[in-house]
Amino acid sequence: MNDVWILAEYHKGMIKEVSYELLAWGRSLADSLGSSLCAVLLSPKIETEKVNSLFEYGADVVYHCTDSSFEFLNCATFSCALESLVRERSPHILLGAATTTGRSVLPYLAVKVSSGLTADCTSLTIEKETNLLLQTRPAIGGNIMATIKTPEHRPQMATVRPKSKKPLKREIGRKGRLESIPFDPLWKDERMKVLEEYIHEGNESSIEEAKRVVSGGKGLKKKENFELISRIASCLGAAVGASREAVDRGWIGYSHQVGLSGKTISPKLYMAVGISGAVQHLAGIKTAEYIVSINNDPTSPIIQISDLAIVGDLFTVCGEIEKEFERRKVFS
Amino acid sequence: MVIVVPIKQVPETSNVQMDSVTGVMIRSGSKAILNPLDLYAIESALRYKEACDARVIAVTMGPQSAMKVLKEAIAMGCDDAVHISDRAFAGADTWSTSYTLAKAIAGMGKVDLIITGERATDGDTGQVGPEIASWLNLPLVTYVSQLIEMRSDSMMVKRMTEEGYQKLEVTLPALITVLKEVATVRLSTLKGKMRAMDMIIPTRTVKDLDVEPSYLGLKGSPTKVVKIEQARVKRDALIIEAMEADKVPDAVISLFDFLEDKQLLEKGESR
Repeated sequence: MNDVWILAEYHKGMIKEVSYELLAWGRSLADSLGSSLCAVLLSPKIETEKVNSLFEYGADVVYHCTDSSFEFLNCATFSCALESLVRERSPHILLGAATTTGRSVLPYLAVKVSSGLTADCTSLTIEKETNLLLQTRPAIGGNIMATIKTPEHRPQMATVRPKSKKPLKREIGRKGRLESIPFDPLWKDERMKVLEEYIHEGNESSIEEAKRVVSGGKGLKKKENFELISRIASCLGAAVGASREAVDRGWIGYSHQVGLSGKTISPKLYMAVGISGAVQHLAGIKTAEYIVSINNDPTSPIIQISDLAIVGDLFTVCGEIEKEFERRKVFS
Repeated sequence: MVIVVPIKQVPETSNVQMDSVTGVMIRSGSKAILNPLDLYAIESALRYKEACDARVIAVTMGPQSAMKVLKEAIAMGCDDAVHISDRAFAGADTWSTSYTLAKAIAGMGKVDLIITGERATDGDTGQVGPEIASWLNLPLVTYVSQLIEMRSDSMMVKRMTEEGYQKLEVTLPALITVLKEVATVRLSTLKGKMRAMDMIIPTRTVKDLDVEPSYLGLKGSPTKVVKIEQARVKRDALIIEAMEADKVPDAVISLFDFLEDKQLLEKGESR
């Protein structure tokens, strides 16, 4: 069997968007191989239309295992279920998202099924002569792109960076084969239990999953000024990021830090405000589609990797950006 | 109780600059340092030690020079250190590295807790910690941002996710991977540094570990690097000079034109 599998992600009654991105990657690989694309969904009971959305975004088969223990991630439980499926059906390729879920479960599973795993890929293709998966990922702070193969072991496993591909256009009514997988109580791991979950408000959305990110750095001078970043972000419908300096000064939490010791992200737009662009910071944004910077120093390294750079006082410039958004609101 | 902290030596990246023509990182001297994110794993272990009276063992796999990061861990307050080194381990991917480390840890007797950093700043995979947990069949809690309660047989922690965070309870033995926000890292003390200087750290080689030789090093690694390319980094920025206030409105108009042209202003879902 040459099947391509993706691990869909579930949260609070919903299938996460990143699952559809994985389907887009999987679809192109399955088409190159002439094989089927299968989505594995481990979740509590969920509405049928949600499951069907996986077909509409490109899956040919959905393996759905339902149990309340899939409400929150438990690596041992998830890995047991996946191991059993993988052993029974021997997929050629298994992809997960490079998220807190995928980056935890897939390594756990890779050991159980004795196969290799490549982290945080930004490109996946099939090598024509061998039908092997070519997995490309940035390494050494984004300075090199390494292409990796898993020649002997199966499945070939990779986690894929969120936002590295757009979901396919949803094809309403597209059908596939749904297979329900019975839950084996032996899979259940009781050693770890989630007691509570706190969900961020909308504007605190995670920077890895955001299409647009506005980040602030040292140039903002003090904590109160960081508000400016949140306001611009909210105008743009963007998530809020920060440089290490801003995080270390306590202006915003670590979950917002972009760079080598923070998050590596690939948004469509990255806007850096008052960030000079230390190598470590740049390492986190090299795969962003467009980079815009606002900074008063024309020699800042950030300008080298910007698509558009405004050299000026960030407070004046951001004030004007806010005014422009106001104007547009009035006229739209 | 016994806590093991696997750590890694990585190339220093804080003083590097970018080549202005190629946009590639220039590694002046490329000093090797302790992976900065491992400091938080060591710090967490030391806090646990203070709460529950544990013995903390730092372990690393790497060449002779990696001994230096173990000394650093001792200087911070770790009780013991183990160095794993053998030519047979060279070139290992995460699967093979985690196998070797797991075997070394299994050989240490009863271990209650393993704490790793989120990932290393060079390979950047974050896979070795979770894979060690899998080899040892331990419960795994990743992305821990706070140690809420530390007990000798269980712990309560905060775990970060994309949506927010979870509060969860895990029984020991277990493996956790910690984030930078878990704690502020202490400095090493003079006493600690002197202890580190005097300490003789044992090196374990292939014959000291109960390992399957075909799982080791480059040959034992399921994944193979087939190509390395320089990443595209430099972009040709449209630079708009707006140091004087009267130039700002036009600069902002250009910015909006750019955003519109690239369809970056489209409303709709933000994620």
